[in-house]
Amino acid sequence: MEQFTLPTRMRNIIYTLVGIGVLSLIMGVVNVMGAEEAEHHHAVQRLWGNILINGLFFFGIALMGTFFMAVQYAAESAWAVTVKRVFEAVSQYVYVGALVLLVVFAAGAMHLHHLYHWMDPNLYIEFLADGSLNPEYDEIIAGKSAFLNQPFFWARALLFMGVYIWFTRRFRKRSLEEDMSGGTSLHYNNVRDAAIFLVFFGFTSMVASWDWIMSIDTHWFSTLFGWYVFSGWWISAMVVFLLLVLYLKSKGLMQQVNESHVHDLGKWMFAVSFLWSYLFFSQFMLIWYSDIPEEVTYYIARIDHYRWLFWGMFAVNFIFPMLFLMDRDNKRNKGYLVTIGFIILFGHWLDTFLLVVPGTQHADWHFGAFEIGLMLGFAGLFLFVVTRALSKAPVVVKSHPFLDESLHHEIH
Amino acid sequence: MAGKTIFGMYDDDGTLMTGAAALIDKGLHIKDAYTPFPVHGLDRVLGVKWTRLAQCAFIYGLIGAILALSGFWFFMISDWPMNIGGKPNGVLYENLPAFIPITFEFTVLCAAHGMAITYLLRNWTLPGVKARNPHPRTTDDHFCIEISTEENNNFSEEDINSLLKETGTVEIFERA
Repeated sequence: MEQFTLPTRMRNIIYTLVGIGVLSLIMGVVNVMGAEEAEHHHAVQRLWGNILINGLFFFGIALMGTFFMAVQYAAESAWAVTVKRVFEAVSQYVYVGALVLLVVFAAGAMHLHHLYHWMDPNLYIEFLADGSLNPEYDEIIAGKSAFLNQPFFWARALLFMGVYIWFTRRFRKRSLEEDMSGGTSLHYNNVRDAAIFLVFFGFTSMVASWDWIMSIDTHWFSTLFGWYVFSGWWISAMVVFLLLVLYLKSKGLMQQVNESHVHDLGKWMFAVSFLWSYLFFSQFMLIWYSDIPEEVTYYIARIDHYRWLFWGMFAVNFIFPMLFLMDRDNKRNKGYLVTIGFIILFGHWLDTFLLVVPGTQHADWHFGAFEIGLMLGFAGLFLFVVTRALSKAPVVVKSHPFLDESLHHEIH
Repeated sequence: MAGKTIFGMYDDDGTLMTGAAALIDKGLHIKDAYTPFPVHGLDRVLGVKWTRLAQCAFIYGLIGAILALSGFWFFMISDWPMNIGGKPNGVLYENLPAFIPITFEFTVLCAAHGMAITYLLRNWTLPGVKARNPHPRTTDDHFCIEISTEENNNFSEEDINSLLKETGTVEIFERA
């Protein structure tokens, strides 16, 4: 019926983006190989750090495709049925995304980089062979070793990713089957699976954010961190959904998606931006107020060395959606949605940058052509996977118990 | 000719919508509609102007934020500088994060209350005010449209009555 085929122009854009990414990667590797002894460590951190940033950012978006789809299933909501295929297509990036992250973790385990300070086995040895004190021994990190040790870390990472992928596959498979068979039995299976997935995801997404991101600043901890990362991924994914829907609509597809669906997606974008800003501020204010050395170092590092980037990122991600998406008509206006969408998508990429870089490059950080190039490359890879998934099935589901209701969706 | 108000009662919101649309097509001006629940899309059929309540809410919120911040400035910094947990207390902006939650709450409080009170005043539906709906059943299971003869000078009363009847009203009554 309604089949998406990748237009040549878009394909060229994607290939160009991937090309830029490959060039940047080569540039990064050359930079590492050509670096002098003193600079070597830093160049390595920069290269792998950026792979980790993009790995996390795009994997997070893909994961939120599965998450948001599961939310709609569990709530048995009707409005999102016409745009469901977009969530599905975005979620199909989890395979590649998980692979990128696993490569970064594996490289860390092989000590090719030092993003995860705690992976250094020296930190755990209190006495050297000759019986003297090990100057590198880190009592705090050693105290965390019951949780933060490599076997357990790997077990968690593989379990979480495996289960996320397993559910993503199931949702996708059922959705394609439903197109053929119709009926409600598949839908009830989806509702049940979505509920199980959400419970699993609710716990594990927190632990994943400690493992994969918070452990970069190994000494530091924040109980709110998981929520903060989760909401950042969520808003990025909402923007991606909206941009993809608007893109498909501009190509004359998805005509079943009316203004009300776009308005609802716009509302989500607005609301989740606030959730993210709220969590940013909650984490910041409590730490700022209590001013405990072991907590406040995290923000001191960011405010001292990344001042403009840090506050600018927050200001953009909070103020732009607030001012420009509060108005009802703006949430239905393509121009506003696309402009704000691209701005805050980049804003949240910067947020991921600020999660990783201060703990790995410290005061001597870089933001240049390499960072931008690698980001564009990963964006190209992401788009390649997502558009492929989009073109494999009709862009609007053919059969769903709530399809008819969704086609008549109307809000004011 | 003294102005009269003619009311047409419907027993279904769908009939009300199509009826109102048909009457407007014929050139009639409908003054108002009374329904027991919000009928989606009726505002567009009747051509009701977009409410400015949102702009009011923004202004009330702004007033709330300014009041809260000036309050903080006066109580905590100017009148009697409060030193809590060694936080800087010389200027407002250095203490700002601590004041944000209450400022936020007060903004919401002012916006919400201001909006509710404005709404009640504008519609004059304050407690104790006599209800102005033309028929008690418009709060139950009937829908009513109100047509003023004064606003429809090119239609006679009989015309309006017969046009209303055509749209499937269950009852028509008028008031001077």
